[in-house]
Amino acid sequence: MHDGITGQLEHWEKALANEFVFLIEQVINGLLMGVYYLLIALGLSIIFSLGGVVNLAHGALFAIGAYMMVQITDIAGYGVAFIASPLIVAALGMLLERLFLRHFYKADPVLSLLFTFGLAMIIEQALRMVFGASPLQFNVPNFARGQLMLGDFMYPYYRLAMLAVASVALLLTWLLLNKTAFGKVVKAGVSDPDMVRALGISLAPVLTGVCGIGIGLAGLAGVLLAPISGVHPAMGQEIMTAAFVVVVIGGLGSFWGVVVAALLVGVIRGLTTYFYPPASEASLYILMLAVLLLRPRGLMGERMDRLE
Amino acid sequence: MSDKTLSPSQANRRLVVGAMASAAAALAAPAIVRAQPNVLRIGHLTPRTGFLGPMGEYAVMGATLAMEEVNAAGGALGRPFEILFEDSVNPQTASTKAQRMVERDKVDFLVGEISSASGLAISQVATRAQKMFMQTGCNSDELRGKNCSRYMFHLEANNSMYVRTIGREMLRQNMVKGKRWMAFTADYAFGHDLFEKTKRFMDENGAIFISNDMVPTDATEFSSLILKVRQQRPDLVMSNLAGNSTTNFMKQYKEFNLPIPLAGADLNAVSIWGAGEGSFQGAWPIIWTHQVNAPSAKAFTERFTKRWGRPPDNQAVADYLAVKILARAIQETKSVDTQKLITYLESGVKFDVLRAREGYFRPWDHQLMFEMYTVKPVAGKAGSKWDVMETSAPVPGPNESLEVLAPTQQENACKFS
Repeated sequence: MHDGITGQLEHWEKALANEFVFLIEQVINGLLMGVYYLLIALGLSIIFSLGGVVNLAHGALFAIGAYMMVQITDIAGYGVAFIASPLIVAALGMLLERLFLRHFYKADPVLSLLFTFGLAMIIEQALRMVFGASPLQFNVPNFARGQLMLGDFMYPYYRLAMLAVASVALLLTWLLLNKTAFGKVVKAGVSDPDMVRALGISLAPVLTGVCGIGIGLAGLAGVLLAPISGVHPAMGQEIMTAAFVVVVIGGLGSFWGVVVAALLVGVIRGLTTYFYPPASEASLYILMLAVLLLRPRGLMGERMDRLE
Repeated sequence: MSDKTLSPSQANRRLVVGAMASAAAALAAPAIVRAQPNVLRIGHLTPRTGFLGPMGEYAVMGATLAMEEVNAAGGALGRPFEILFEDSVNPQTASTKAQRMVERDKVDFLVGEISSASGLAISQVATRAQKMFMQTGCNSDELRGKNCSRYMFHLEANNSMYVRTIGREMLRQNMVKGKRWMAFTADYAFGHDLFEKTKRFMDENGAIFISNDMVPTDATEFSSLILKVRQQRPDLVMSNLAGNSTTNFMKQYKEFNLPIPLAGADLNAVSIWGAGEGSFQGAWPIIWTHQVNAPSAKAFTERFTKRWGRPPDNQAVADYLAVKILARAIQETKSVDTQKLITYLESGVKFDVLRAREGYFRPWDHQLMFEMYTVKPVAGKAGSKWDVMETSAPVPGPNESLEVLAPTQQENACKFS
């Protein structure tokens, strides 16, 4: 009898420990998903804080990153595609800024919204016309297949590598924005563009650079996601909603706000998918609602005079 | 907040209002309809965007090829076909567009659709207008049962046929009795109906049901669910997902490489090709592939590939057959009268359905009866990126009735009013 109870207890203990490992897996998985959102949301956020343009074409540029990855891999191999694709998307971003976005900085924001919304549709439809509506075949490269096993814990190598690559990209972005002269101009430009101009510093090349970085990050997200998600024309649309929610929750103009929000969204979405999948898409909006009720400027949104 | 800058949430709100306004304007604007009194006009509605969009593209290719062939052969009763193609988007839009096609564009027939929810909406319009609707991609049994219509004909198999086709394969592999099944299901009309049929199959055949999760149709990340599979350790994972979700799920399931077999109760060739060699796995039911071993199927594949530069999928076949069957019915009855055409199709007349055996419509639920197949990854290296799968012999077998897999009148009663 006594043994029976001890046995039962041991059984429960083991079950509980198991449950805990699975929960940890889910949390790590959520953090990883948060990092994808972050790559997209961060670009959206910095372009918006500096130029006041909400780039609705950001998701479409992410899709271009994924398509580039598939096409260039066919021609030149995975390694070349991995380096070249985000750079090409960044260059496209700079071109976009030079040709179009810069005309909208001082215009009614509705105009840039309409422009970028139209551009997103044009890009999506162009991808559909050139490559067809069907998802393109693309898989995890052979060298990155396999899973890390640590006792009960298991996770694919590719996703861990993605986490590492994305973290390095984000760290570099942070260093660039916080530890360099370029970053100082960006920060000054965000808080008081007129004063920067009065000091004789031209913001134009800085804005081009920021768009290149922001959009390049979206391209990198496309490159990383191509092997595990379907590469199809509407893939940008799907990720944009989550990215917007992240920016709103994080608060405009705050690097760390967006970081925290992205990880939070990833974990909450992951855990909701685990416990109650039908609510997984809705969980984002419930989180956004809660954050906005408590902190209308987002988690770490700074007060920006020109936005008040 | 000055009026100069909008927060993204406000921006989104304005955007939605703007988008709705422009959509309304587009709906209100008169389309340019060419005045050709002689043509027979078909309204073709199918999802061209969204998670079913990839299949919609093939539907359009199939219907277009059929129209070109009919017209090259002199049309039906000497009248050429003209098809108006539209993206059906969702049930509301599908209904509006079907209504417009019937009332303003004066179409003679409606063809297409993939989503069961939109299919029901179009069928209601067709029934009110007393126009035939050849539905080419909606699986839900309810469309042939509770929601059946005298004006709707089904060129797609129903969920029961799919479930019993893969069910037979699972029974053959000894994966049913006493085996623990875990399911993932697309969270809309089709998925709910499919899960119900899957569950019924499990109960009837002694499988143990562990869990089913309803997954939103726009979900792209399945890692959380796959980790859950690992935790539950079922004997079989059953996918009742649809469209792009199936592709993504397969790719990610392969990435996690769990030692638990995967099967599905619905599949399109587009999902196989999207997953590709290395990610396509498991056993699945399918209504047709370009590997089907029949002379008419091979000839069709050749014509289609010549026209579009790639082999046809199952969806292209359904839309192709819908247009060809309409042309033949008009030709044979020497009439475009809806009632006469319905009577003709209900008469049990046989059609070449690009398979070994001919097909026919059941008179009481208008389901086209045809052979189905199962697919699994090809053994060894695939001959081309289109041949990563291997297609089974027809199900049911050559000595069985084509109707053994379909629901009986008792199981899925349909009353045409």
